[in-house]
Amino acid sequence: MNRRGSDDSDIGRALRRGDPAGAGASAAARRQAGEDAAAVAARLSERLAAEGLADVSYARVDSPLGPLTVAGTRRGLVRVAFAEETLVLERIAERLSPRIVEAPARLDPVRRELDEYFAGARRDFATPLDWSLIEGFSRRVLRATAAIPYGGVRSYGEVAGAAGSPRGSRAAGNALGSNPIPIVIPCHRVLRSGGVLGGYAGGPERKRRLLELEGALQAVRA
Amino acid sequence: MSAALPPFQSFLDEHREVVWRFLVASVGREEAEDCFQETFIAALRAYPRLRNARREHNLRGWVLAIAHNKALDAHRARGRRAVPVADPEPSARAGDAAAGTGQAPARDEDLWAAVAELPRRQRSAVVLRFVGDLPHREIAAAIGCSEDAARRSLHEGLTKLRKAVAA
Repeated sequence: MNRRGSDDSDIGRALRRGDPAGAGASAAARRQAGEDAAAVAARLSERLAAEGLADVSYARVDSPLGPLTVAGTRRGLVRVAFAEETLVLERIAERLSPRIVEAPARLDPVRRELDEYFAGARRDFATPLDWSLIEGFSRRVLRATAAIPYGGVRSYGEVAGAAGSPRGSRAAGNALGSNPIPIVIPCHRVLRSGGVLGGYAGGPERKRRLLELEGALQAVRA
Repeated sequence: MSAALPPFQSFLDEHREVVWRFLVASVGREEAEDCFQETFIAALRAYPRLRNARREHNLRGWVLAIAHNKALDAHRARGRRAVPVADPEPSARAGDAAAGTGQAPARDEDLWAAVAELPRRQRSAVVLRFVGDLPHREIAAAIGCSEDAARRSLHEGLTKLRKAVAA
């Protein structure tokens, strides 16, 4: 970088040295300033979320199915994703709001419920949901899906029927495939006709493991 | 370009360090966190309006302009009493400076004390230049003056510092 022109005098060098993270500072001082800034920023993000100044909070959550990104609004849980975090957040920024912060403490209740679910100690999620990423027919399909009990399975056709469109099993499949809140809205409980496993946004292996956890694997045709 | 804004968290991650360093140097470490929070709260409020408005490198100038104003507010709130700037833990920094450069750290302390004595605009210009490493154009944008005026403030500030240190 050629920003340091004629004013990069002895004074300039001394100022950079005095700056805790400047070019002249020691590596330890630079690292310390970076860590301080990260800690201050993390406290800020939690505050922005807790005071409702941010529109969306998110956290990374470890699970037996791999890392998850979970995101919530003032209304409730809005997104659970297996996909790469950056893409997920960019899409939320586009569709809901760019006021998004990483605030793990804010999502502790959701994280706890997910932990309990994966440990086999929870059958229903109590956390409120924000349905604003789900519109039209998809919302009807996913509402019907949310009513499928733990351990149960339905076919695409049955879910389409419950959503008021008995012949819309292909459209129901699309709605299920773009479920923004998988696991919690249990689209893994919907199979193709005849007990064929069918697709899953997180891949069929994850779908199989979720059904296994719920003791519903015998409904799937091998 | 109608590119969507990145999530605010990415913006914060990218600029937190330069804003932190600027504020520690401008208002001292004790008050830096309050100013930091106020800076990014103001930035968050205005953030959605930036859609399509700014190119990447201008976001740094934009947030440093907010930080500059928050630092001025902090100075005003404290009235005219002398304020420490830069690191309030001189022993730690003196040790680093001595270890890193082999120079006597006392002179750096004097220098930062002299920075604190500068008129506001000159102080901001100096800190933005040497802590933020901003080019004149971005210093001007942050302070809210012309590029020439920014160059002048920086030059006057450095002249005063040179005299102060030589004295």
